[in-house]
Amino acid sequence: MAVKKGGKAAEMADEETPVPLQAILLADSFAQKFRPITLERPKVLLPLINIPMIDYTLEWLASAGVEEVFVFCCAHAKQITNYLANSTWQTQPNFKVLPIESHDCVSVGEALRLIDQRNVVRGDFVLVSGDTVSNMSLKEVLQEHKERRKSDKLAVMTMVVKRSQSSPSTHQTRLGNDELLLAIDPLTKELLCYDDGSSNNLKRTRQVAVDKALYLNKPSICLCTDLQDCFIDICSPEVLFLFTDNFDYQHLRRDFVKGLLSDEISGNKIFTYEIYGEYAARVDNLRSYDSVSKDIIHRWTYPIVPDIRFAGNNVGLKIERCNVYRENGVLLPRSARIGPSTVLGEGTSVEENCVFSNSVIGRNCVIGRNVIIEGSYVWNNVTIHDNVVIQSAIICDGCVVKAGTRVEPGAVLSFNVVIGQNFSVPSYSKISLIAQPTEEDSSDEELEYVEAASSTTESPQKVIEVGQEYSNASGLGLNVEDPSQAIVWEESEVGASGAGFRWLMKDASQEDEWRYSVAPIPAEKIIEMRLKEEQDDLDDADQDAGVSAGVEEEEEEVDAVRKKRDFEKEAEETLRRLFLEGVPESNVILEVKALRLGFNAESSDCAAACFKSIINLALEEPFSKDSELFGIARTLFSKWKSILEHYLTNEDDQVEVLLKFEEICLEASGKAFAPIFCHVLRVLYDQEIISEDAILSWASEKQDAEEGDKVFLRQCEAFIKWLEEASEEEDDD
Amino acid sequence: MDSSTVMCTRRQHASGRIFGHGKVDSGSIEAVKSVGLRVIAANPIELTVGNVVRRVLHIIREEEASLETKTLADVSNIALSDDDEESSEKAGFSAVAVAAANRSVLRAPSLHNLLESIPARATACNTSSGGDSESKSKSGEKNSKIWKLKHSVIEGINELLQEIDSYHAQVADQALQHIHHNEVIMTCGRSHAVLQFLLEAKKKRSFEVFVAEGAPRYQGQTLARELADANLQTTLVADAAVFALISRVNMVIVGAHAVVASGGVMVPVGLHMVALAARRHAVPFVVLAGLHKLCPQYPHNPYILLNDMKSPSDIIDFGDMSDCLDGGSGRSSLRTVNPTFDYVPPDLVSLLITDIGGHTPSYVYRIVAEYYSPEDFVL
Repeated sequence: MAVKKGGKAAEMADEETPVPLQAILLADSFAQKFRPITLERPKVLLPLINIPMIDYTLEWLASAGVEEVFVFCCAHAKQITNYLANSTWQTQPNFKVLPIESHDCVSVGEALRLIDQRNVVRGDFVLVSGDTVSNMSLKEVLQEHKERRKSDKLAVMTMVVKRSQSSPSTHQTRLGNDELLLAIDPLTKELLCYDDGSSNNLKRTRQVAVDKALYLNKPSICLCTDLQDCFIDICSPEVLFLFTDNFDYQHLRRDFVKGLLSDEISGNKIFTYEIYGEYAARVDNLRSYDSVSKDIIHRWTYPIVPDIRFAGNNVGLKIERCNVYRENGVLLPRSARIGPSTVLGEGTSVEENCVFSNSVIGRNCVIGRNVIIEGSYVWNNVTIHDNVVIQSAIICDGCVVKAGTRVEPGAVLSFNVVIGQNFSVPSYSKISLIAQPTEEDSSDEELEYVEAASSTTESPQKVIEVGQEYSNASGLGLNVEDPSQAIVWEESEVGASGAGFRWLMKDASQEDEWRYSVAPIPAEKIIEMRLKEEQDDLDDADQDAGVSAGVEEEEEEVDAVRKKRDFEKEAEETLRRLFLEGVPESNVILEVKALRLGFNAESSDCAAACFKSIINLALEEPFSKDSELFGIARTLFSKWKSILEHYLTNEDDQVEVLLKFEEICLEASGKAFAPIFCHVLRVLYDQEIISEDAILSWASEKQDAEEGDKVFLRQCEAFIKWLEEASEEEDDD
Repeated sequence: MDSSTVMCTRRQHASGRIFGHGKVDSGSIEAVKSVGLRVIAANPIELTVGNVVRRVLHIIREEEASLETKTLADVSNIALSDDDEESSEKAGFSAVAVAAANRSVLRAPSLHNLLESIPARATACNTSSGGDSESKSKSGEKNSKIWKLKHSVIEGINELLQEIDSYHAQVADQALQHIHHNEVIMTCGRSHAVLQFLLEAKKKRSFEVFVAEGAPRYQGQTLARELADANLQTTLVADAAVFALISRVNMVIVGAHAVVASGGVMVPVGLHMVALAARRHAVPFVVLAGLHKLCPQYPHNPYILLNDMKSPSDIIDFGDMSDCLDGGSGRSSLRTVNPTFDYVPPDLVSLLITDIGGHTPSYVYRIVAEYYSPEDFVL
């Protein structure tokens, strides 16, 4: 199964174009969540169940029918390209892995711009990160994407999502991300809103503003909080152009997706594709490292599981009951108790009375007596002495943990760290041989590695060497100390004869450390969160008590009225200015149109505004008698007739204008027009601005009105009667 | 899958021959073995792949051996003719010697071979004694011998291919002997062999079929539909209802994934339960399997080692369970296991029907000995 590549899938997908299916794999997350481990090795090469993460992604792409993968390397580019050059991926048929190196990219945006410059992407492509673990078939989603593109050229991207419930108490998904809020059109699956909570700074109660414009033209909208973004995107080549055009786009989700959704002018659309039986997740932080490891052990990623061989996994583990995986050549005494969901790597030797559960232990580790390892990830070549207890920690390659030490939940020991005897590594501490860079360097820049700005550590390479010497020496049980070494490790940080610097987290992230570590969230935190939530709910309930849904609706109406008034005011002023300047009418129409779109107004609103500004102009002229005013009004109407006509295309609008005229006459400013209402109406009729039918329907509408409102109707009675008779005569003819 | 394996080995074999090694057979056996090992390593769960590789090896060995005995017979004939006309008893002696040699070369002391060897030898004697000149040039015909061997091996492999392709029909031909009028047959899940078998019986008999749906893959539903389309009285039941219905059933017929040398069978998950229910009510449990599904291995911890653990997504939805699968809220206590196969021990199997007829499970080791060379049991 594993050896057969789904070449057919790709062929099917590329019926029309002979372009091979391409993928861009970002082998750099442009984040710092795996620090300090990633200072020494790129994230994509970190082992996930003893296999580098990038191999999972490549295997999935290969089996899904991708033929060309561009691996974008930035930090530690040499390590990645070397790894790929020596891997079996180079010899796979119908599968090309092409590295692209860069040294100064700091974001996804820059990376994609660089790829766009290289001009290597020829058709639709799959954009993934190098830490994606999935077994989904790309055939259906590609098909859907292509079908959609045929009818709608603006559908530039299809985003893969998967249902996954977040924890009710912490509002955090299994993968350690914040709850995601998506607004999706359930019919077309178009993505309307994407909120990952990043802008809210982890406030407990989240408020998301959904634009009201979204509701227009859509029968329904689905707001989901139980969807997880898989960070697998099917993109059209336009995505790269968009990144090039908008050079300020940095982050794929925060900038690009949000930018696209808020940009109404270009109208580009993003669609979602939900997967059901298949698995997809991204190892984004330490919490997801833990979750994804467990999912692999529990075989959700089948067939990409440790006991089935694939190109990146040629060792082959054996599965035993309760998801225990064991590679060949493990030295295991009878008294060792191997609990459920445990992986033991090749060449590891274990002494008596060890207890392991829910853990992954790498290759060639040496583990002493009475060691307890729970929920931890021990990588390769680690030496653990007697009576050590390790709980929910990550122990990187070449570490030495000396006898009697406790490693508390959430701790991370980076490469070659040595922990002294009978020491206790506190919870959530991170220890590395490389000193923590000072605050100035680690500003908000999204750099994963300090390499470029390594003014703080003059010789990281040297430090590692020292560490290796240390570990070698202690591994042999000799207590050799090199007096020439100037580096003195703090005993309070790593214990006696230990090696390593403890990293202090910034204040802001310190309190949330438990959120993103490999350790399970402590029970007291959950209780704390729950209590807080209940309290907040009570507060919210108090606030909400007075506000009902009806009030909200009213508010909306008030809002609409206010908006209309704003438009009228604006339009009147604009028209007035234009009339006075004597601008050609086509320009006037254009300007009003722009205003109209801006305020989302209707044509009758424009007509009313236009009418009113003409009336106002007439009132501005000096006059002594009603007849003079009438004369002025008549000339003005005949002058701007065409503009009014432009907006008064149907009868309803005309009636609307008549009502407006009435309104004006009743107002204090327009009182002068009240006596000559009928005459003006006559003029409007004669100029064919307002049709006979409109006047009649206005009259019939007013028939039932109150007496006070009938003033003008009565004034025009004779005129209307004449009109009626005229129309009857016409009928007779 | 199986036939593609054969194709692969055949192509490899043919190309190996074209290269023309001097030591043809030991070379080609090694070559086939190495390819076979690679194919097996790709998916060790698929036992039939290993079986087909062994069958191909057996064909090569057998052809080689038969060619060798032929030469041996010729040599003895030449000796005979040189010694002038000796008595017929000598000829008879030589025939016995040839038979013995033949046995030693073929190694597998099968009943079939023993019975067949004597007349074959007689004809061989006749033909070769016909022309002296022909036999004298034999020594110089090494090339033609190699070519002949290659030809017959390829022919043998073609036969194997045909056998694998047509085993459904071969098995189905025996249906009338097993299914009688007004019987009630039960099956679980979907197997192509079972479908063919039932349809063949349908031509002459009228009977009723109960199909258990075969969770979690529910292929029984497909089978029920196919049977109903063929106008067969079909009832679809849930797996859980099997025990309640088994007392009304006359026979359980299922298809096998593999048959191990002990006579036990690897079958789709859920069938062990059905087999136990059948045993409880003394209903015959009949397994259909092609010859290529017979494995020379004995089962050792088959539940784990010969099984394929699939993704739990067949059983539960990830979205529903994700908050309960550990996450940040503590250690998970929920674990899901989704095995593909069940191992049914030989004492629960009443009858095994292969291309060459019905056998009891205890006879499987004999068939295995006949179709595989013992040196290939462990590749």
